[in-house]
Amino acid sequence: MQYLVSVIDDKSNPGSTDRQPAISAFNERLIAEGYWVFAGGLADTDAATVIDNRGEQAVFSDGPFVESKEYLAGVWVWEAPDLDVALTLAAEASKVCDRKIEVRPFL
Amino acid sequence: MNDVDVREAITRAHHEEWARVVAALTRRFGDLGIAEEAAAEAFATAVERWPVDGLPPNPGGWLTTTASRKAIDRIRRENKRDDKHKEAQMVYDDAPPEPVGAIDDDRLRLIFICCHPALAMQTRVALTLRMVGGLTVPEIARAYLVAETAMERRITRAKAKIKAARIPYRMPSAEDLPARVSGVLAVLFLVFNEGYLATGPGTDPLRHDLTTEAIRLTRLIRTLMPGDGEVAGLLALMLLIEARRPARVSAGGELVPLTEQDRGAWDATLIAEGHRLVRERLAAGVAPGRYQILAAINAVHTSARDIRDTDWSQVLALYDQLVRLDPSPIIALNRAIAVAEIDGPDVALATVDRLAEALTGYHAYHATRAELLRRLHRGPEARTAYDKAIELAGNTAETAYLTRRRDQLR
Repeated sequence: MQYLVSVIDDKSNPGSTDRQPAISAFNERLIAEGYWVFAGGLADTDAATVIDNRGEQAVFSDGPFVESKEYLAGVWVWEAPDLDVALTLAAEASKVCDRKIEVRPFL
Repeated sequence: MNDVDVREAITRAHHEEWARVVAALTRRFGDLGIAEEAAAEAFATAVERWPVDGLPPNPGGWLTTTASRKAIDRIRRENKRDDKHKEAQMVYDDAPPEPVGAIDDDRLRLIFICCHPALAMQTRVALTLRMVGGLTVPEIARAYLVAETAMERRITRAKAKIKAARIPYRMPSAEDLPARVSGVLAVLFLVFNEGYLATGPGTDPLRHDLTTEAIRLTRLIRTLMPGDGEVAGLLALMLLIEARRPARVSAGGELVPLTEQDRGAWDATLIAEGHRLVRERLAAGVAPGRYQILAAINAVHTSARDIRDTDWSQVLALYDQLVRLDPSPIIALNRAIAVAEIDGPDVALATVDRLAEALTGYHAYHATRAELLRRLHRGPEARTAYDKAIELAGNTAETAYLTRRRDQLR
């Protein structure tokens, strides 16, 4: 079972910026224990571009598809046997990243 | 055997076997929805067959077997309709069901999955009442004053989430167990409290059905986890509160406070059982949790034959212990009531006033202040406090009581 694990930051109350070493160590453990599928930090939402090509021609707009205080700062994909395992890891991840975490199953 | 006996046997089987059947089928078929529907079908079949065929020698076994057949029929039907799901849904254990009695742990798994922390609190309540308690969706909807369709949606969404997110059907890890048990007890206490002090203008002030159901489910957990102190504590607490139910509402529909209740009307059997549990926990010599302390407080109250015999210093000592465990303003408010009895209403009022900011939206805060101000002969202030309490109270019997108390101050 795969889960999308989103790291959520808050523009008005951002998490600390010195977490990288702890996150790297946590990733090593995820790999060693067989949970790790993918991970990636994301650039600022200002760097996002939204493309809508459902009409006659593609329309590009600068910025994220929704403006909000809270935004996606990074993602993991984990392979875990069930939600309890994913939630235990996510609780650790939240501490390690100093940010909120959303766990969502893939179909 | 006549019709009444058969009906009673079906009701008893429903009480005793519903959770067992749902739990066994959930394990076998790995799907809460299939288990629930098949269990409901099996009970419907019992209602049809038992009056004609007579009671089966082992009603629980009969129900589990019948429900398993219904589940297999359903899975086959659905597979014909939708071949895509065939593989996923045909993964079930075709071994004959284990004899009833060997599967008690499954009921515990069922309780833990219904009270899973990934589900919203009101969803946990609804799911527990449906899957463990065996209440129907219309019954749960009525209990919580929501439309049946909304309750149906809530339960359907919960089942879908359990499936999609793969919430596991197993015991929590030893490390998670205390938090998960306390989550289950919170759900049961919520059900009990809604029955103890029902909210809403259209309902009875006391909802016997909900308090009874909460006690029944807590007894079940007590059977499954006999060594857990907080489970025993919550059961004792519920029993000691339920024991006072016959005296809690007057003939005129007013709530009767503890101080004015006819103690002869209390249920002595429930009190004896509650006291036994409290003594058992005291003898265990393990530091008590909040439910055990609350039960002990209620044991002190129910030990006094007359309100004047109440051992208030014992009550206060227990509240002091509780505050250390749970420094919430509501506990502090209840503690103040004991303070008033020992140090006087003026000292208690000073304590209560410090809680103003946290509790300004809570009716009991204003009701407590009103009673203290009244004892201090500060009538106009007491009236204002009663007004606030009446405005915020959701329980009809409590509103009636508070209104009378206020109007006495004219």
